[in-house]
Amino acid sequence: MENFNYHRPATVLAAAAMLKKSKDGKYMGGGHTLLPTMKQGLASPTDIIDLTAIKNFGGIKLSKTMVTIKAGTTHMEVATSKEIKKAIPALAEMAGKIGGVHVRHKGTIGGSIANADPAADYPSACLGLGATIETNKRKIEADKFFTGMFETALKAGEIITAVHFPIPKKSAHQKFPNPASRYALTGVFLSQDAKGKVRVGVTGAAASAFRATDIEAALAKDFSAKSASSVKIAAKGLMSDMHATAAYRAHLVSVLAGRAVAAAK
Amino acid sequence: MSVVKMKLNGKAVSGDVEARTLLVDFIRQYQGMTGTHVGCDTSQCGACVVHVNGKAIKSCTTLAVACEGAEVTTVEGLAKGGDLHAMQAAFKEHHGLQCGFCTPGMIMSAIDIVKRNGKNVSEDVIRRELSGNICRCTGYHNIVKAVQAGAANM
Repeated sequence: MENFNYHRPATVLAAAAMLKKSKDGKYMGGGHTLLPTMKQGLASPTDIIDLTAIKNFGGIKLSKTMVTIKAGTTHMEVATSKEIKKAIPALAEMAGKIGGVHVRHKGTIGGSIANADPAADYPSACLGLGATIETNKRKIEADKFFTGMFETALKAGEIITAVHFPIPKKSAHQKFPNPASRYALTGVFLSQDAKGKVRVGVTGAAASAFRATDIEAALAKDFSAKSASSVKIAAKGLMSDMHATAAYRAHLVSVLAGRAVAAAK
Repeated sequence: MSVVKMKLNGKAVSGDVEARTLLVDFIRQYQGMTGTHVGCDTSQCGACVVHVNGKAIKSCTTLAVACEGAEVTTVEGLAKGGDLHAMQAAFKEHHGLQCGFCTPGMIMSAIDIVKRNGKNVSEDVIRRELSGNICRCTGYHNIVKAVQAGAANM
């Protein structure tokens, strides 16, 4: 790993100023993607701005209609939060399936979403619940946030500060994990709100997380496991690699969506 | 280079490190405590697990400079005098190891599992929560048995 200048700001404002001043700086949350990437020589930032010492950067807040998770909150904190388990149980369950215990102790929601790994779990929850991503500059709807492989709507220097998840009537998360990495080979996050509107967020299947709109349409007519699992997803445009072909992933999307409907609570 | 200070197994330590110095290298090379191992160096095997401020983490994926002021516990910090920690004793008793390379990480993870799940932690939870620790000789049967026995005695 190449050396770099290390910064540990106490405020979001200071962090943004440090990044601006750096030649090729990077923000770091838990560091569990950035540091391995740097070890492999795939990234060599001049500066690392560690966001984990920022005051009040983590934490969970609940209102009647919304769960707000601040950017520095770890996966373990989300997985074990009594409030989230009650309000959106599928979200806590999903966070508890990210990596292993040690990864969950360090990894943060803000870091996961900003990195937008095509197989990360949080992007599916953001899309499946219709979340709003708040930054130090603005609020961005999840539907407009994930734009490509490791690509998001974030502008240079922008910092995610919180994610707002509307509390649905029902939700469920289903994941077919890669047995070695625990990343989602394909994962589905489904929700139904009080008005019956269904959202189906999919991760791991394509270059970027997306909404399975065909399944959403089928479930709007008939909210049943069979209705979801009988939708044929086109393999075109999905990922193929040593772990699974695009056709296999396409099949997984419908199968997992069906299981999610059956498990939704 | 900058000076980093932390508490390692209850003792105040410091070292002049580069920003890129990993916590595991600080522990092994600067402090000479080689109980914490480097297996994969890619955050997967768990041989490097230590506790930072009471939480089990992978020290190969943690910067030493980020641990300024932290309390770090390694496998060397478990035994009190000549007495093994209950979890160490359980690994010995139940032969929860073969070559022993993964053992320090297994023990540090095991203690963390018991802290969060209690003395009566189930086999299912132990197996699930040890997913970040890889053993390449024994399989996990005796390791899980050791964790369950150690949990009861903690």
